[in-house]
Amino acid sequence: MAARDIHGPKPPWGEHFQVIGQGHRKVDGPAKATGDAIYADDIVLPGMLHAKTLRSPHAHAKIKAIRTDKALALEGVHAVITGSDLPEYYGIIPWTPDENALAVDKVRFIGDEVAAVAAVDEDTANRALELIEVDYEPLHAFLDPNEALGRGEPQIHEGRKGGNVSKHVELDFGDVDGGFEEAEVVVEGDYSFHGTTHGAIEPHCAVAQFGADGNLTLWSSTQITHYVQREISKVLGIGPQHVRVIQPCLGGAFGGKSDPFSLEFCVSKLAMLTGRPVKMLWTREEVFYAHRGRHPAQMHYRTGATRDGRLTAVDAKILLDGGAYSSYGLVTTYYSGQLLTGPYHFPAYRFDSTRVFTNSPPCGPKRGHGSVQPRFAFEVQLDRLAEKLELDPIELRRRNFQGDSTETINGQRVTSNGFLECLDKVEAASDWKERRGKLPFGRGLGVAGSMYITGTNYPIYPNDMPQAGIQLKVDRSGLVTVFTGGNDIGQGSNSVAAYLVAEELGVEVSDVRVVAADTDLCPVDLGAYSSRVTFMVGNAVIDACRKLRAQIVDTLATTWECDKKRVRLMRGMALDLEDSERAITMREAFQLTEAACDTLGATGSYNTPKLGGDYRGGAIGASPAYSFTAHVVEVDVDCETGFIGVKKVWCAHDCGRALNPRLVAGQIEGSVYMGIAEALLEEHKINRFGLHEGPSLLDYPMPTTLDTPEIEALIVESVDPEGPYGAKEAGEGPLHSSIPALANAVHDAVGLRLTDLPFTPAKVLRALREMESAAGA
Amino acid sequence: MLRLPPYRLLEPSSAEEAVKLLTDEPGEAMLIAGGTDLVPNMKHGLFEPKTVISLAKVEGLEGVSDSDAGLRLGPMTTLADASQNELIIERAPALAQAAGVVAGPQLRNVGTLGGNLMLDTRCRWYNQTYFWRKGLGYCLKKDGTLCHVVEGGARCVAAASNDTVPALMTLNASAVFLGPDGEREVAIADLWTNDGIVNKKVSADELLIAIKVPPQAPGHHGTYAKLRRRDSIDFPLFGCAVRLDLDEKGTVSGADLAAVALVARPMRVKGVEELLLGTKPGSEAFDQAVEEVAQLAYKRCRPLDNVPGDAEWRREMVPVYVRRALRSATASSGA
Repeated sequence: MAARDIHGPKPPWGEHFQVIGQGHRKVDGPAKATGDAIYADDIVLPGMLHAKTLRSPHAHAKIKAIRTDKALALEGVHAVITGSDLPEYYGIIPWTPDENALAVDKVRFIGDEVAAVAAVDEDTANRALELIEVDYEPLHAFLDPNEALGRGEPQIHEGRKGGNVSKHVELDFGDVDGGFEEAEVVVEGDYSFHGTTHGAIEPHCAVAQFGADGNLTLWSSTQITHYVQREISKVLGIGPQHVRVIQPCLGGAFGGKSDPFSLEFCVSKLAMLTGRPVKMLWTREEVFYAHRGRHPAQMHYRTGATRDGRLTAVDAKILLDGGAYSSYGLVTTYYSGQLLTGPYHFPAYRFDSTRVFTNSPPCGPKRGHGSVQPRFAFEVQLDRLAEKLELDPIELRRRNFQGDSTETINGQRVTSNGFLECLDKVEAASDWKERRGKLPFGRGLGVAGSMYITGTNYPIYPNDMPQAGIQLKVDRSGLVTVFTGGNDIGQGSNSVAAYLVAEELGVEVSDVRVVAADTDLCPVDLGAYSSRVTFMVGNAVIDACRKLRAQIVDTLATTWECDKKRVRLMRGMALDLEDSERAITMREAFQLTEAACDTLGATGSYNTPKLGGDYRGGAIGASPAYSFTAHVVEVDVDCETGFIGVKKVWCAHDCGRALNPRLVAGQIEGSVYMGIAEALLEEHKINRFGLHEGPSLLDYPMPTTLDTPEIEALIVESVDPEGPYGAKEAGEGPLHSSIPALANAVHDAVGLRLTDLPFTPAKVLRALREMESAAGA
Repeated sequence: MLRLPPYRLLEPSSAEEAVKLLTDEPGEAMLIAGGTDLVPNMKHGLFEPKTVISLAKVEGLEGVSDSDAGLRLGPMTTLADASQNELIIERAPALAQAAGVVAGPQLRNVGTLGGNLMLDTRCRWYNQTYFWRKGLGYCLKKDGTLCHVVEGGARCVAAASNDTVPALMTLNASAVFLGPDGEREVAIADLWTNDGIVNKKVSADELLIAIKVPPQAPGHHGTYAKLRRRDSIDFPLFGCAVRLDLDEKGTVSGADLAAVALVARPMRVKGVEELLLGTKPGSEAFDQAVEEVAQLAYKRCRPLDNVPGDAEWRREMVPVYVRRALRSATASSGA
């Protein structure tokens, strides 16, 4: 399906949905709850070897020599590989391939991969690692992004233009300087966002098997099977048709499994060398080094507005600490500017964003890729603007609402937009009018809004093929099997596929089987990133179902000698609406159709329409639909300790249509949980040695249930014209505004403007003392 | 997952047998109770015992008994059980509270009172993997010669992090050890040295067989206040226990304060009783005494950059938590 044949948001049969809109169980829920689900580390194959990785103890060093003979001589060791075994560069973005499976001539952060061993068991592999001798020549290590920006030598990636700058984007839209001249109020401020990581409960794991037929099978805890297949093919020099990548059940990802990783190449190579299946399971510490988490960002914002609160211009300067490799950095740099132009109307906008390399674990995409940091800064700016203008912060946001069916200043097409309803909902639910600004000292309410993409029309590597493909197989048993390349990473995309099939073909959800994320079996989907799966795979599912449905309806209409309009498929039955005698099961309907039309099956696909502004980078951040969110956060600040207690969070999210409201609410709750954690607790910090400060779940403090506030998830359904039945994303948007809403609530509570994340009690207490002494002076 | 190094597991059935096994392999054997400290430390290469002696089958190390001499607490009593034990809640409320805030619920179900008393000191530069520690040339406490907390420091300042110890100190509790030469009882307050490498005066062949809590004053009150970032799981960033004895008129007849997560040894703050004696909770004099105690504690307690969290902020928290502990102590149950 291309943009030319959108199936529209209406129910497929009559006026009401049969399946959609109800709180169905996830299709893989029972298996996960009982322990039956098979994760990558559950896979055990006959003769399987275990692999381990030797990592760099230096933040930045040249490798002078590596000696592996002693390790290879250890009993039980089957193979040892180093960078020279896999010299081909790779990288998720085709324009910036700067990673090697194992360091070829230099290491760029503490934890960078240097060698890998396959042995009979993990202990033997670990012992072998200690026998590998590496001669390093340490180089100056860049741990501060400002230094990396100002100093180009030594280069972290030699031979690149621009010293240690990874990407620089400068774009302006409209008359920015004129906008500031026109402005009657200008708010200006500096903000900083620390690094955070994903903390998926399942560590990365991969198992490879190389068959005598020359085919490689790789099971990996990835959220991008298709791109892994491409990169494995490239690095290992095997045709992609001989590489089968399978994503087993996944224990969370949040963007942390959306790059090809060293372990996937290493187990593949080791399996080819040894002729044995090879598994590698990373430790939690290794996951922290693999990172790809949120970029630390230093941001400067200028916001101009008229006296009645209408924005006239926005100007941003951003420095992103990218860590040691490019990863998605090109996209991150664009996203840090491109995704800010809603839900408010920007008459003029400029951003200047630079990503630099440093000698720390590589940053990448984390839930709300690239746009969570700017959103924090900008929404605090808006709160300051409201304060200056003595306007209610919700009212200020309403006045600047961009509207639906519009285009942003940077050329993004906005279709449905439920932001005003989001604001209304959080305002009412939090009793904002009665309580904001009126609570006792120490307690306060804050608001913020945001926008996020539902997939992007930028397909990572340029091509004209569909972004999402689907195959359906219909069986005379009554079973419908959906084959999708989509990666269910816990967000429930497999379940969504089943609900859509059940709705379209009138079968029970339990009579739909989903086969997903297996490159041999499933048509291509680009993967679980940018909140694209439900929208794109969903549209492809409907597309395939409509083709199949037409065959079934035609067959029944012919058999029953009735008009096609009288045929209904619902709840496992095929009915003639005007003759109650004619009611057969869907199994019988499939059999009739199979007899009439031959073996049944259908394909469906989705590709985005052409979107985005007509300028370099204009397609990055251009999405077929945007989701919108508003948060109100209530805090209780302990002025003696600096602890910020979050009493409650109200989050209203416009997801277009809630295909399963229970799953949408789950995504909202999970997003709020993660946002509040980033605001108050979690910090991916690199110490003065270049070492991660505490790469464990004890030292990286993710909130426990006791630290999680009460969350009220409010669903807004704007019904998008192009989404599957009108659905948009729900997995990432609801994180964004939680952080600035919290910061704004602290201001309401104690009059303190927090701009430097995370808001640790030590920082808050210090700021409170400074505020008091300034007031006293 | 991090691998556990190989070791031999022995499961003696009596305390005497356990001590004999310890004596047989001097320095090579370690005891395991709940394992919540030992196992991660072994995975990090901090402890490298060839033999691990499990106390799971040793008889007589569990449970709480009551006599004229006070409570006798079996060291194998789990922290969960200790926190919910009615005798402990009634007679030693600070201990029940402290046991109830060690780590998280799952860990308290296996971690033991004895294990918490015998807990290794902790430091952000020490409680890390072998790879991590190697990256910075190790540290004074293990495998290295440098201290990363105190530049040029020659003495290890890893922090005592046992939540239950301040409570036990304010209760004047004692520990009973069984060694090759028989039993020895020692006041818990006298158990410590200020060396972060080994902060207990306990020899490697001694087994903790009991913790004794003497009878408390009739108007005994006690509480434990714990500073941490999360409301579960975390080790203390500062912890303090108070004892407040009230006579029939409700005035303070005895008091004590002890703190943990500062330096290598848990610390009793001396001079607290003098400040509080004769004051009555609710009175201005009491409030003033509380403030003086808080300031005294602030002077005495100087957290170092040994455990996570801003040390300066942790110091600022000392008077706050002492104040809060004293105020809530009067609200706690007393015998």
